[in-house]
Amino acid sequence: MSILTTQQLVIDVPNRPGGTPLNLTIQPGQVWGVLGPNGAGKTTLLHTLAGLRAPRSGSVHLNEAPLASLRRRQVAQTLGVVFQERMDSFPATVMETALIGRHPFLSAWQRESGADYTLAEQALARLDIASLRERLVNTLSGGERQRVALATVLTQAPAIWLADEPTNHLDLHHQSAVMALMAEQAASGKSVVMCLHDLNLAARWCDQILLLYPDGEAKWGPQERLLTAGTLEALYRQRLMVVEVNGAPVFVPI
Amino acid sequence: MRKVAQGSLSAPLGVLVLAALIALLFAVSIGSASLSVAQLWAVAQGQGELLASTLVWELRLPRALSAFAVGGLLAVAGALMQVLLRNPLADPYVLGLSGGASIGALAAMLVGLGGFLVSGAAFVGALFSTLLVFGLAHGRGGWSPARLLLTGVVVASGWGAVITLMLAMSPAERLPGMLYWLMGDLSYARTPWPPLLLLLAVCLLLVPLGRSLNVLARGAPQAAALGVNVRPLEWGIYILASLLTAAAVTTAGSIGFVGLVVPHMLRLLLGNDQRLILPACALAGGTLLVLADTLARTMIAPEQLPVGVITALLGVPTFLFLLHRSR
Repeated sequence: MSILTTQQLVIDVPNRPGGTPLNLTIQPGQVWGVLGPNGAGKTTLLHTLAGLRAPRSGSVHLNEAPLASLRRRQVAQTLGVVFQERMDSFPATVMETALIGRHPFLSAWQRESGADYTLAEQALARLDIASLRERLVNTLSGGERQRVALATVLTQAPAIWLADEPTNHLDLHHQSAVMALMAEQAASGKSVVMCLHDLNLAARWCDQILLLYPDGEAKWGPQERLLTAGTLEALYRQRLMVVEVNGAPVFVPI
Repeated sequence: MRKVAQGSLSAPLGVLVLAALIALLFAVSIGSASLSVAQLWAVAQGQGELLASTLVWELRLPRALSAFAVGGLLAVAGALMQVLLRNPLADPYVLGLSGGASIGALAAMLVGLGGFLVSGAAFVGALFSTLLVFGLAHGRGGWSPARLLLTGVVVASGWGAVITLMLAMSPAERLPGMLYWLMGDLSYARTPWPPLLLLLAVCLLLVPLGRSLNVLARGAPQAAALGVNVRPLEWGIYILASLLTAAAVTTAGSIGFVGLVVPHMLRLLLGNDQRLILPACALAGGTLLVLADTLARTMIAPEQLPVGVITALLGVPTFLFLLHRSR
């Protein structure tokens, strides 16, 4: 059970005067969706929450301790990041890639144990890529690589997930499967923050929403309050039509 | 592709140790006067003729061990640079190190210095070039692998021009020595122990860092997210790789190719776990250079060839074959 909080946090987006200071509390069990147009700072926010970028002002706290005061290894034992962009300069297999998720838990002299392999194997199976185990990651399709990245974080088994567009490159079935995985993580007492572009996935799977505007303004709160045609039209400057399917709103651009 | 089962480091390393021993045996037995296994055995036990004993203990073995150390240092430095720059084309020389070392060595030869002073000047030149490249790449706003690589390549080509200028201006009688130094020459090597001990120390130092390097190869953000202190690690690798290269260049002049090709050959055969690749580089790089040096001093004996030519002639076809065969 870990809590991530921000105090008066302003993220550092180049050429932006400032923005709404963020005072967020990300509780175990919550699924947060970060929405906003391109360049609004979703990725920057996620990296700031992970402690990978310094904020312009304010601070991020992990269980009351300022993130900046913690050792990277300690942070990595609690916080997992799914990146939008990945680097595959050197060939590595799917299994090797998933196993690097255990890095924060192993001392310098330790090798991965049978338990670590089991965790990685379960993660690969959960993401439907167990059969790709020995394949080289750079020979996989975009969607398969995305699932390898998710499996790596699942192997890491963090209490807090920070996922940058986790459904990128995924087909419809795997989009749903991945969102179900995120919800399942939250249900087991973890928390999830993800940047999303798909309003309908956000409406279906997220309970908390953070809207980021290009000028740095931000609004956050429960999804019922924020996912309305009015706020979203202003956010994206795009007219939307809302239809209800099984009681949930579905947003269609018009 | 991946022939090595998880966790089994000992089999490939065992094969490489065996290959290294065979290469060393080959190197001490072959030369102007070839020694038989029986003669070698006698020498090893402190018996045998004086000539054979001098040949082995004072000439061939020190030179072979120097070659082994230099090859190992260059290959490990290459593997480290490739991880640091996340670029498979990086090698110890691409960042201008050998250029700096060459300038130092050639300047010393030009003013008529010899022996130890040439090595010392090469070492100073290599370190100066390291600091220059790092300082320039740092500039305002920190360095990135791409920026470090570009700075290094440009500085290296600058050194290249200065080297050509120095060669053009030097008196004819000094030219052969200078050219040999530029192509790598182990007859400059004195005692093999400093580079050999450095190689051993580095291999031990890198054992606990291996997994962090695996993670770093995935890029700085991913490594930081998995708990690696990226900046100190990158600085450490850069300084270490520079030191290894400087030590190698100081011992044997500039020998190209080992640092680029050996790590890649091993990655093609063994995968990319740095915990296996780094010690394997030390062994395979050393073996390659011992064989190359043995050929260099025997092929047209009593004349010697520059060992850098042999490493290229041996390495290029092997590398191209492996690359072609891989997917």
